[in-house]
Amino acid sequence: MNNLKEISKQIRIKCLEICHKHKASHLGGAFSVADILTVLYFDFLKVDAKKPKWEERDRLFYSKGHACTALYSALEIKGFYEGLKENFTINDSVFTSHVNNKVPGIELSTGSLGHALAVSCGVAMAGKIDNKNWNVVTIVSDGELNEGSNWEAILFAPHHKLDNLILIVDYNKIQSFGSIKEVLNLDSLTDKFKAFNWNTIEIDGHNFTEIKNSLQKSSEFKNSKPTAIIANTIKGKGVSFMENQLSWHYKSPNDKELDLAISEIQNP
Amino acid sequence: MRNTIIRTLIELAEKDSSIMLLTGDLGYAVLEPFREKYPKQFCNIGIAEQNMAGVAAGLALEGKKVFFYSIGNFPTLRCMEQIRYDICYHNLNVKIIAVGSGYAYGPLGASHHTTEDLGMLRTIPNLIVAAPGDPIEVDAIARYLVQTNKPAYIRINKAGERTIHKSNVIMTGDDIFKIIKGQGTAVLTTGAMLEYTNNFILEHKTNWSLYSVPFLNNVDEQSLASILKSHARIITIEEHQLNSGFGSMVLERVNELYVLNKITKMPYIHRVGINNEFISTAGTQEFLRKKAGIILDQFL
Repeated sequence: MNNLKEISKQIRIKCLEICHKHKASHLGGAFSVADILTVLYFDFLKVDAKKPKWEERDRLFYSKGHACTALYSALEIKGFYEGLKENFTINDSVFTSHVNNKVPGIELSTGSLGHALAVSCGVAMAGKIDNKNWNVVTIVSDGELNEGSNWEAILFAPHHKLDNLILIVDYNKIQSFGSIKEVLNLDSLTDKFKAFNWNTIEIDGHNFTEIKNSLQKSSEFKNSKPTAIIANTIKGKGVSFMENQLSWHYKSPNDKELDLAISEIQNP
Repeated sequence: MRNTIIRTLIELAEKDSSIMLLTGDLGYAVLEPFREKYPKQFCNIGIAEQNMAGVAAGLALEGKKVFFYSIGNFPTLRCMEQIRYDICYHNLNVKIIAVGSGYAYGPLGASHHTTEDLGMLRTIPNLIVAAPGDPIEVDAIARYLVQTNKPAYIRINKAGERTIHKSNVIMTGDDIFKIIKGQGTAVLTTGAMLEYTNNFILEHKTNWSLYSVPFLNNVDEQSLASILKSHARIITIEEHQLNSGFGSMVLERVNELYVLNKITKMPYIHRVGINNEFISTAGTQEFLRKKAGIILDQFL
């Protein structure tokens, strides 16, 4: 667990440095999902950084493509590539600020919300048809559950018994222009997934043990239902002045904010 | 046409278990033979075209050759962004089959008039856009597409069309087929306007040439240049909006040929199609084509 804690700190610091250097956005959503990505890449997913297209790998689909810094950073720490901070969004770089499948380890380019879940249903369906053992894990944001396309896929997955599919909702309660409650309320999200015939697990999305246990349990259910992990998270988690602040969906840190944020992360 | 494509897919799926056919809950009395023969390669996704396009992309990511089927605007306009980003940006092996081109479902109203699809889809990179003119072209296009790994759109009319080609053809992706050799005037058609134009020329004994142009993303430049050089008047005809449709595509290609000095004279080109309007009354396909002005009588 100490190791995971250290990795999650590294991910957040990389995100900060990237957003500071390139005046990039979406730190809030990157920090809410950082601990989930830490557990996925360093304690759950079967992936090989040297062989990103390894046939037997688990497939991760990242629908909240705007929070790219967290995923790009996790993959860099995992060893998929080097040079992220220098190359992020510079001319002719593959590191666009919504995740790009031209980057090793990224399964699908996203950025338009409500796309990856349907695609991951197709991948999970192919896995079932071909009797594959790998898992499909899909991460969506809470705000993008406004998109009707997600609910088409949420109906589809249990109907086709896609129990090789794990959906993680990064439920940080703040979307692009207001809180979830103000904009389009999702309560009770767990009940909604239950009503759509999914297995559901509600966790603290910043507790490594709960994240790990929920993933383990999801992969063991095998009861002809997909599993939705509703991960209660905090937008901007880890830096006091960013937590639960809509503004950090957009802002990039100045020099002073960068130093302060890094010191808070290193010495919580 | 719609029965031909399913018949051809059934034949191709026999040798290739990676072929899958998805539908958005349409295809009653059309798709059953495929479903019965290959139940594991068939899936009715439900009335959810965005999901169907996404699922198709996912299946294709894992090596499946996916065809998905629905009517008119539903597998195209309804899920345009999934086509653009999930399928075409990732250059996946997904073929979209839409039946009911133009006013084929005329009496059903404007929701079912498929009159903007070609223009919208032909702007998307990587996508092959095909509008076969008769059942022989449908069969040849299906055989061509199954051998390509690229995404494609196939615009089908309905059922019961006459065969215009005298024998089977082989598609290569940029084909122009000579149907009637005449002189002076050449009519270029795409999709189901082939039958109307063929009948018009024969009935009126016009001595016009007739060419079928089934691909809207790629056209054989040499054949086009030679048609332009050997005819004084060119007419394009399509069951689609004039804005950015088939005739527009021909104009673009002609302009490129001229700029690149591959033709030395700009030809005289008339475009026949829908003049930027919806039709809000009922009518047969034939009636609505006339009402929209998709006729050739003015050129006699």
